[in-house]
Amino acid sequence: MMTTKGIVTGIVSNLVTVEVDGPVSQNEICYIIADDTRLMSEVIKVIGKNAYVQVFESTRSLKVGDAVEFVNHMLEVTLGPGMLSRNYDGLQNDLDKMQGVFLKRGDYTYPLDTEKLWDFTPLVTPNTVVSAGDWLGEVIENHQKLKIMVPFAFEGKYTVKEIVAKGEYNILHDVVVLTDSNGNDHKLNMIQKWPVKKAVTAYKEKPRPFRLMETGYRPIDTANPIVEGGTGFIPGPFGTGKTVVQHTIAKQAKADIVIIAACGERANEVVEIFTEYPHLIDSHTGRKLSERTIIIANTSNMPVAAREASVYTAMAIAEYYRAMGLRVLLMADSTSRWAQALREMSNRLEELPGPDAFPMDLSAIIANFYSRAGYVILNNGEPGSITFIGTVSPAGGNLKEPVTENTKKVARCFYALEQERADKKRYPAINVLDSYSKYLEYPEFQAYIAEYMSPDWIEKVHYIKSRMIKGKEIAEQINILGDDGVPLEYHQTFWKSELIDFVILQQDAFDEVDTNTPMYRQRYMLDLVIGICHIDFIFEHFNDVGTYFRKIINICKQMNFSHFESDEFNRYKKQLEEALEEQPKVEAGN
Amino acid sequence: MSKAFQKIYTKITKITKATCSLKAQGVTNEELASVAGRSAQVVKIEGDEVILQIFGGTEGIPTNAEVIFMGKAPALKVGDQLVGRFFNAYGEPIDGRPLPEGKEVELGGPSVNPVRREQPSELLATGIPGIDLNNTLVTGQKIPFFTDPDQPYNEVMALVALHAQSDKIILGGMGMTNDDYLYFKNTFSNAGVLDRIVSFINTTEDPSVERLLIPDMALTAAEYFAVEKHEKVLVLLSDMTNYADALAIVSNRMDQIPSKDSMPGSLYSDLAKIYEKAVQFPDGGSITIIAVTTLSGGDITHAVPDNTGYITEGQLYLRRDSDTGKVIIDPFRSLSRLKQLVIGKKTRKDHSQVMNAAVRLYADASNARTKMENGFDLTEYDERTLAFAKDYARNLLAIDVTLDTTEMLDVAWGLFAKYFSPDEVNIRAEFIEKHWPKSN
Repeated sequence: MMTTKGIVTGIVSNLVTVEVDGPVSQNEICYIIADDTRLMSEVIKVIGKNAYVQVFESTRSLKVGDAVEFVNHMLEVTLGPGMLSRNYDGLQNDLDKMQGVFLKRGDYTYPLDTEKLWDFTPLVTPNTVVSAGDWLGEVIENHQKLKIMVPFAFEGKYTVKEIVAKGEYNILHDVVVLTDSNGNDHKLNMIQKWPVKKAVTAYKEKPRPFRLMETGYRPIDTANPIVEGGTGFIPGPFGTGKTVVQHTIAKQAKADIVIIAACGERANEVVEIFTEYPHLIDSHTGRKLSERTIIIANTSNMPVAAREASVYTAMAIAEYYRAMGLRVLLMADSTSRWAQALREMSNRLEELPGPDAFPMDLSAIIANFYSRAGYVILNNGEPGSITFIGTVSPAGGNLKEPVTENTKKVARCFYALEQERADKKRYPAINVLDSYSKYLEYPEFQAYIAEYMSPDWIEKVHYIKSRMIKGKEIAEQINILGDDGVPLEYHQTFWKSELIDFVILQQDAFDEVDTNTPMYRQRYMLDLVIGICHIDFIFEHFNDVGTYFRKIINICKQMNFSHFESDEFNRYKKQLEEALEEQPKVEAGN
Repeated sequence: MSKAFQKIYTKITKITKATCSLKAQGVTNEELASVAGRSAQVVKIEGDEVILQIFGGTEGIPTNAEVIFMGKAPALKVGDQLVGRFFNAYGEPIDGRPLPEGKEVELGGPSVNPVRREQPSELLATGIPGIDLNNTLVTGQKIPFFTDPDQPYNEVMALVALHAQSDKIILGGMGMTNDDYLYFKNTFSNAGVLDRIVSFINTTEDPSVERLLIPDMALTAAEYFAVEKHEKVLVLLSDMTNYADALAIVSNRMDQIPSKDSMPGSLYSDLAKIYEKAVQFPDGGSITIIAVTTLSGGDITHAVPDNTGYITEGQLYLRRDSDTGKVIIDPFRSLSRLKQLVIGKKTRKDHSQVMNAAVRLYADASNARTKMENGFDLTEYDERTLAFAKDYARNLLAIDVTLDTTEMLDVAWGLFAKYFSPDEVNIRAEFIEKHWPKSN
């Protein structure tokens, strides 16, 4: 096939105009040849013979007349065994394979290892009829069973003609031959390519998600849970602990695969993951966290155009693992940086801007991306899921800006980080009342959680939230009327909301015990706190209420810091019982 | 490129306040040029038309001015001869001494591969407890002071630079007043540290667009010492708001659609490119960036501080405490994101909990103050928090206090014991047992 060629005719920042000598398609990849380097670029607009391409690299020293080669396909990921634990850039180049301290322009490295041998087990026999996404064989990477599948791009039905016997093969070794309906044979090795901007739809159906995705984070699991295949987003002004919340979820979530797209954020945050994950243990499997994690790093100082690509690269990789029937958690930090990259380019293309100079189709782009997450039933009946959590960095902390508003329309969980809570060091600074999880309203989830936790679980969750609302109202009244301007029992109601806040909703992500609270422990503490809320204490003076509750809160916090049901824990439990015992109360029935 | 290849153009077709255009061949993107002797850089090429940004402004440039293309991007000659020297935005000496020799390095070079970075883990003690207690700094960090223009930010920055352990200090001054420039010069000279200082200064008297070169100059020099000499380099950038203003001017003159606060849509990436040069290398070399972002009327939602906050690893707020009249590091809005890497590891184990407890009590005091201002009676607890807050501001938050990282914790415990009982501070029992002053 003839490939299209072109020459550079204009340059402004990373937008280059190329005069072409043949057909080009929108989003096609091309390479600009500058001296001895080839700079990867993507077509983003075509007018007549001029293709406008965004260069994924610095355009310094390019000049008019430089040659350009088109490759006749869109930006693709290479999918196969050997991606776990790897650190990729936004275009899936393996960062560890690059030479030198600095990123060299035009240095593209292969994302997989072609030498390594994998223990392949066939899952089908000749004459089986298969279609895109069907499982053909299995290899084991780390402890995960990974599937070798019919490539997602294959349309229609195929018949397995040959499949190799169980044995060790590298990823380039042909393992299966499929025959299509026209009688043509297709040899397949263990890898396939997929254009990142297209959603993989090789599954049977996409039902509503219902199964809790445990994160060990009380303000999420208990108060506003996210589910396997769910979507959520975390907006917050800087300094409210967005990164800590996100990292804590990535470390603790009960997922098979975790993909972290560091999109336009700080390099040191990625370094933290490189450094720590190989030493941290996944509490659900006992394996190293790095074994289930893939990092896509396009940090804020890396080329802006590749920022947009990075979230799509991450999503395409997530879809690959979901098609194997795995639970994938995808975190993108931050989707605002991605939107800003779109804005920069839209501006250079001199498009008519929408709100805040963002492109007009921002809302469609965001909606489209979130819709690729989800819980699916594969062709063989097995479930798989992508849970997607994105962070948003609203300009000036103002949630009425285009990225936040458009994300709010599509994400089902909203975790609102609040400056005021962060200032008071009430971490995580998630305001439980402003936040929500739509899944609490899903009958499918309600049925699941009633079975998994307790029949009255949802009721309890609503109970603590209504207590928090009351507490907030009273705090406002006390501010206006003064401590002695409100009835004594108001103080008690206020302090009960403080108890819920300090013991359930605050959690120390840097305390080794407190950071990760399993569900049985969340249930225990929730019952304990609700039990205290139900007690009608008698106090002489409003000063005594605060003093007493501070003491109770302190004991409960010590329990949170101690290993569950350890001697230390039981000692505090006893202290709590004594403290509850000694305070006079209105007897039940009075 | 040698002189022989240089072609002189003399036909400028268009002049704006900051740019001029001409027809030229074989010009490369971002190439340096000279227009009537003034430095300029290629910012756009459209066919045979080249648009040049003139750093010094276009005032007085004639259409027949001599334009010479240099065949290379802006660069700095790096080497040990930079030490002790003062330069302008082009890297030309302003101290009357000759141009230093060295290896020519292009400005704004490539980024460090994230997998070649080391996680920062070395405590950068400043001796100022308002920083070391609540916002502990780490080598390889990037952090700005957020401050109103009337606060003594340059003085504080000089203080930090002198206290902090570093092999080199590189000062980048953007729109710095001549007085402040001389202040830095004298302070460093009096402290006898000129032998580890390099300065790139653009004062208020210089053209504002020239400022855009200062951070790149400073960081190119910093990379030389950190990468080639494995040294610990501290870079001071004052004031980044002036830098952003210069970006806005250029973007405006190039007819770009402004986003929030008239700033260019690429502000985040432009600032990130600078701050992300902060790095810790495995072999011990590091670049730490301490910058100043002046605020307008304390507004941190303005695009400059806002974008900065999302890029840097925290921020230090300077403000005057109304209670004590002292300039303090505000414990509420200040934050060091990397502090967790050293707190309790390179400092005493109780550091984290002491820090949080003190800030929580300070927050209680601020609630009590609101109550008092609204004319309500204070509880006995409120009274104690107010008294605590005053001592806390005077003894630990004020920038004129100097303590080491152990002394500051002991001072905090002393204040806890003076005003509170152990069960009011919400600290792990084992620390209470160990550190609660026994005499009370």
